[in-house]
Amino acid sequence: MPRYMLTFVSQDDWWESQTEESLKNAYAPLMAWWDEHVKTGLVKSGEQLAPQRTATTLRRVNGAMKVTDGPFIESKESVGGYAIIEVADLDKAIAVAKSWPGGDVEVRPVVEH
Amino acid sequence: MRSLGDFDVAEEAVQDSLVAALEHWPRDGIPDQPGAWLMTTARRKGIDRLRRETRYREKVAQLEDDYRGASPPEDPPEGPMPDERLELIFTCCHPALAREAQLALTLRSVAGLTTAEIARAFLQSESTIAQRLVRAKRKIVDAKIPFRVPEGHELPDRVSEVLAVLYLMFNEGYLATGARGAMDRDLAAEAEWLTSLLTRLMPDEPEALGLLALMRFDLARADARFDSEGEIVLLRDQDRSKWDRKMIDDTFLLVGRFLRTRSPGTYQLQALIAGAHADAKSWETTRWPEILRSYDSLLAFGDTPVVRLNRAIALWHVKGPQTALDEVDAQSGDLAGYHLFHATRAELLRALGRTADARAADERALALTENPAERALLARRLARQSR
Repeated sequence: MPRYMLTFVSQDDWWESQTEESLKNAYAPLMAWWDEHVKTGLVKSGEQLAPQRTATTLRRVNGAMKVTDGPFIESKESVGGYAIIEVADLDKAIAVAKSWPGGDVEVRPVVEH
Repeated sequence: MRSLGDFDVAEEAVQDSLVAALEHWPRDGIPDQPGAWLMTTARRKGIDRLRRETRYREKVAQLEDDYRGASPPEDPPEGPMPDERLELIFTCCHPALAREAQLALTLRSVAGLTTAEIARAFLQSESTIAQRLVRAKRKIVDAKIPFRVPEGHELPDRVSEVLAVLYLMFNEGYLATGARGAMDRDLAAEAEWLTSLLTRLMPDEPEALGLLALMRFDLARADARFDSEGEIVLLRDQDRSKWDRKMIDDTFLLVGRFLRTRSPGTYQLQALIAGAHADAKSWETTRWPEILRSYDSLLAFGDTPVVRLNRAIALWHVKGPQTALDEVDAQSGDLAGYHLFHATRAELLRALGRTADARAADERALALTENPAERALLARRLARQSR
C-alpha cells in the first residue's frame, strides 16, 4: 500500500510565546490525533521536531561540508513534525491530513524502491 | 477499486471506444445502451461534430436506422462498455491539480480536444500545454490520485470543484479577455457540452443543472451580444428578437428540474437571475424585485464584492440610483482595480445626472481593461458624452 509523508507546518513564534497552560491546551488535540492514528495503525512513524532555532545546517561549499547555524531556509513557518502514513491513494491521504487539528499540512508520496 | 496509475489507459479507452463504436455499430448492431457506449472524443479521427448534442442524437438515430435495416448480428458485441467518463471528469478536476491543469486535462481527456486546440483556446504555445498535460498526468500517477467518483461526504466538495472548472472554462470562452478577441464561443460550447454530460451522468445534482441552465441562458443571448461591427451590445440595448427563444424555453424546463429538488445553490440562483433577464420583454419590464431577491440569496451563500457589484444594478431599478451608488462605492476598497466597478459607477452617476463624474469613471474603466470589445464600448460611450 502506498505511503505518504504528512509534513506539519509550525509557526515557531507562536509556540514559543505561549504560557505553559495554553501550550497544554494546544497540545491536547494534537496528542489525541497521534494516539488515535498510531493505535489504528494508519500512522507508521513520525516525530515532532524541536523549533528551527535549534537547527544546524551543513552546506556543501567547494566540495566540503561547512557547518552553519540555522535551518536551510529561514522562514516564519517551518517543519514542526512529520508522520508517515499508509493509505490506498491520495484521496485517503488528504482525508487523514484534513483531520489534523493543527496548522497547514503538506502531503507527499513516499518513493518506494 | 480500480488499479492505480491507470489514467492514461482509461483516457485512451474512452477515446478509442467511440471510434470503435462508429466502425462497428453499423456492422454489428447497436448495443443495449448506446449512450453508455458512445465516448466523447471522435475528433481524433476527424469525426469532429459528433460531440455536439444535436449531432450526437442524429448520429445515434442514424446508427439505429442502419441497425433496423440490417439483419441481426451473428456475433453481438460483449456487454455494454462501462462508462468511465464520470471517473475521468473527477480525476481531471481533482483539487490536488492546479486549476490550469484541470482545465487543460478536462478539455483533452473528456472533451477530446487536441493539444493544439487547447493551446489556441488559451493563447498558449502548444509545447506549454503539452508540458502542462504531461506534468498533470505524472502527478496523477506519482501521487496516486484515484480514478473514481468520490463517495459520501467527499462528494459535495468535489462536485463543486468540477463545476468551478466548467464555469471557468465557459467564462473563458464567453467573456474571453485580451488579444484573443471578445468571443471564443468554441470554448463556451465545449463547457456547455461537458456540463450537459455531467447532468446526464449525475441527474440528481441540482447545482450541475443550475450551471447548465446558466450557461444556456447566456448562450441563448449570444447572437445579440455583438453588433455587425463586432462591438459589444449591453443587455439593456440588445435586440431581443435575436435571442434564441426555443433555447430559453427549453432551459426553463431545467430550472423546473432544479427547483423541484429544493436545495438551492449559487449556480441555481445565478440561473434564476439569467432566466429572469431572458424572460423579460424589455430592460424596463424586467422583474427587478425578483432578481434582487435572488441576489440577496446569493449573498447568503457568500458575501463578496463582485456579487454586491452585480446586485447594485438590480438595486438601482428597485430602490433608485443613489442607493445603488452608495452600495457600489462601499466596495471601492476591494474593486478599485476592476474595470466593471468603474463602468457600473459610470452608469449610476449618469443616471444621477453627474456627467463629469461619469466620464471620469468610464475613463478609469477604459484604462483597466484589455478586452477589445469592452474597450470599444467604453470608447463609444465616452465619445457620445463629449458631443
